[in-house]
Amino acid sequence: MTTTLQPHTTALSRRSFLVTLGGAGIAVAFGGLVPIAHADTETVAAEGLALNAWVTIAPDGSVTLVSPAAEMGQGVKTALPLLIAEDMDADWDKVRVVQAPSDAETYGNPGFYGIQLTGGSETVRGYYQLLRLAGAHTRKVLLAVAATHLNVPVGELATEPGRVVHAGSGRTLSYGEIAALGVLPDPLPQASEADLKPADQWRYIGRREVDRVDVPAKVNGTAQFGIDIDLPDMLHGAVLRPPVPGERPERIDDAAARAVKGLTRIVPLSYGVGIIGESTDAVRRAKEALVVTWSTDSRARGYDSAALAQAYRDIGRDLTQHGVPARTEGDAPAAIAGSARVVVADYLTDLVYHAPMEPMNATARVIGDRVEVWAPTQGPTGTQGFAADAAGTTPDKVTVHTTLIGGAFGRKAEADFITDAVLLAKEVEGRPVKMIWSREDDVRHGKYRPLAAQHVEVGLDRASAITGWRHRVVADSIFARTLPEMFKSDGGLDTVVTDGTIFNYRVPAHLVEFLRQDSGRDVGFWRAVGYGQNVFGVECMIDEVAAASGVDPVALRLQLLSDQPRARKVIEAVAQMADWPRPREGRALGLAYTDAFGGHCAEVAEVSLDRDSGEIRLHEVWCAVDPGVAVQPRNIEAQITGAIVFGVSHALYEQINIVAGEVQESNFDSYRILRLSEMPRIHVEVTPTPENKPAGIGEIGLPPIGPAIANAVARLTGGVRLRHYPFLPDRVKAALAG
Amino acid sequence: MTAFTINGRAVQVAAEPDTPLLWVIRDQLKLTGTKYGCGVALCGACTVHVDGEPTRACQTQLQDVTGRQVTTIEGLSPESSHPLQKAWIAEQVPQCGYCQSGQIMQAAGLLASMPRPSREEIVAHMDGNLCRCGTYDRIVRAIERAAQEG
Repeated sequence: MTTTLQPHTTALSRRSFLVTLGGAGIAVAFGGLVPIAHADTETVAAEGLALNAWVTIAPDGSVTLVSPAAEMGQGVKTALPLLIAEDMDADWDKVRVVQAPSDAETYGNPGFYGIQLTGGSETVRGYYQLLRLAGAHTRKVLLAVAATHLNVPVGELATEPGRVVHAGSGRTLSYGEIAALGVLPDPLPQASEADLKPADQWRYIGRREVDRVDVPAKVNGTAQFGIDIDLPDMLHGAVLRPPVPGERPERIDDAAARAVKGLTRIVPLSYGVGIIGESTDAVRRAKEALVVTWSTDSRARGYDSAALAQAYRDIGRDLTQHGVPARTEGDAPAAIAGSARVVVADYLTDLVYHAPMEPMNATARVIGDRVEVWAPTQGPTGTQGFAADAAGTTPDKVTVHTTLIGGAFGRKAEADFITDAVLLAKEVEGRPVKMIWSREDDVRHGKYRPLAAQHVEVGLDRASAITGWRHRVVADSIFARTLPEMFKSDGGLDTVVTDGTIFNYRVPAHLVEFLRQDSGRDVGFWRAVGYGQNVFGVECMIDEVAAASGVDPVALRLQLLSDQPRARKVIEAVAQMADWPRPREGRALGLAYTDAFGGHCAEVAEVSLDRDSGEIRLHEVWCAVDPGVAVQPRNIEAQITGAIVFGVSHALYEQINIVAGEVQESNFDSYRILRLSEMPRIHVEVTPTPENKPAGIGEIGLPPIGPAIANAVARLTGGVRLRHYPFLPDRVKAALAG
Repeated sequence: MTAFTINGRAVQVAAEPDTPLLWVIRDQLKLTGTKYGCGVALCGACTVHVDGEPTRACQTQLQDVTGRQVTTIEGLSPESSHPLQKAWIAEQVPQCGYCQSGQIMQAAGLLASMPRPSREEIVAHMDGNLCRCGTYDRIVRAIERAAQEG
């Protein structure tokens, strides 16, 4: 990511540029209605009138829309084209969606550095305006052609899904008929925000639930994920990695590996040993037969996750150590020092692994200085850079085909699996190589969410009002590795690691510090990233303060959010859904809230506890979410539910243990993720506020569930606090024993 | 050469007898709907039917299916017409979709032997199939729907 992901914003210029470019596209398309070809494996080139970079209409009325982002289960392949369809007044039943090629200039996310990178819950948020404008532009072009053809003023025309209507004469022209005319207005109309449909005229956004376009292929085996790529003359590949990252192969005994039938080549790499062969199975056998002596001087050898958690906690507590301020509002340390009482707690979060069901894989072909990559990548733009670095060429020489992604959660924005494939493909120039990681590789060579300690201090006056809030986050940095220039220009602050500390609760003084550590092991983006860890600290502390003050935690939140109507609304809504005041026999409720990713989300967990075993049983979860504009409420409900499942899983079970640099977990037996029988009953209420911008909805459901569980356990047990993710039975028992 | 039937078609495969069926299906027979998830029968993404029984293809050797009938997601029905596939679409079950071939094949084995399973029976039968996206609720609903509408 370092080579291409420069922080810059091109939103406005891009917006006007693109629509203009659309004009250029039409001029090209006009000379005989040439098809626009998208270099994509699943794309059959669309034939018809290319009205701009996003829309092609065929004479039969079928509409081909381009989806610029990666589909990894979050529904963007439906939601994004639906935005275009809305403002062009397309008939959704005639829409076909194709994946955009790697072309950030045309298809980059204006809200996310102008690049093609699907992540950060930025997709619908970032593309929203641009795609609606593309739709509006399309509609204006269609109207202009129709006006000329019907010889009426354009102002007398209106559109219905898929056609232009002249009310005065009762004449209509379908979009297909207009495309068949093969004429274009000169000059081309341009679109501006004034051309966007007002919300009360929306047909699709928040109005009609459409089936997801990717679903039919996912029930019959035809959906093509990265791992399913099959090309003529293709070879298979794998990379044997060292037990500790940063080691190098010093001696490779490949005699047995070479004897494997179907082996093509053994490829020594700086960080491992590559294997190329005729089949996945041959490569697997050869990999198992390799005997490699690794170097023993990697810095990561000293990594011990249990010791590190304690060390980071000690750093958090040691107020003589200062970090980079993420927020300084008033003088929190002084306010806390002058308080009648101080509530202090340390929260720890262990390393967690992404566990996408589709392991890392990529396919590459190198011919001269040209590279072609087929990959389940979240970031085609970054992948162009990674592949270029590996191949020794430049990003413009790299074509990336973004496939469907079998789960990513931040992991598939990384470079390593792309690099593997390109380095292997270089060895057999001209032939594609499909490189697949084993599940064991995937577990052990993760880019885990950072291990983090949070030290939180809150001062209270005699009336139990908060005087100051100090939040110290101790963790390794993700941006220092992935966006070093931004990390540097931000003075060593890593906002993706501190996300969630800067809340909308009203406190008189607030200090957030980031104490960056460098343990020698890569950490990475993991669903909700900083919010996932820091909202745990914030929302537990709110309950700790409420308990110390003898007030109801819901009442305390509402009071601290008195000037935040959207926040109050979701908290009140979820409290009502869960019947908050009602006591439960042997069970208790806990609540938590977040305002992550432009939305508002509150969750309540109902738990019971087996005190002998230390096992927490989660019975019910209620969630109220305000996503702003809800493009597809049913999909939002699915995303929130999925994020709750993910969040429960990581709060209760998930943990990567590293001893002397070696990851102890290897597969789904040792890295436990939530299964069907462990599902709580989940109730999600989506309350759109269409006057607000759309929020990101793929991650916001995750952060509150962990603290909601911890808060419920505390209320069940008369104040026993769980402050260390995951809440393993032994940790629960230790907490109960005091 | 190992001879067996896949999706009603007789095939002869040249591969080591201990090759996991999963890779024979995916690499040689080019049926990629069956997924690799863990390689050690911990996740269920590779579930196929062998003589009608849901079976983890990653832990089944090629020689184990000699002369037997193997069915993959591609062969479950013509044109996605199996009641489970229709129910999967009606309930909009998949998110990333990677585990869903295995989920459907596992569920198909259940309905074949137990046309009207209870919720508890569904949970017990499906508990070995992992879904990281958390589509479990809709999986159960889709199975219930298929059992009713089947």
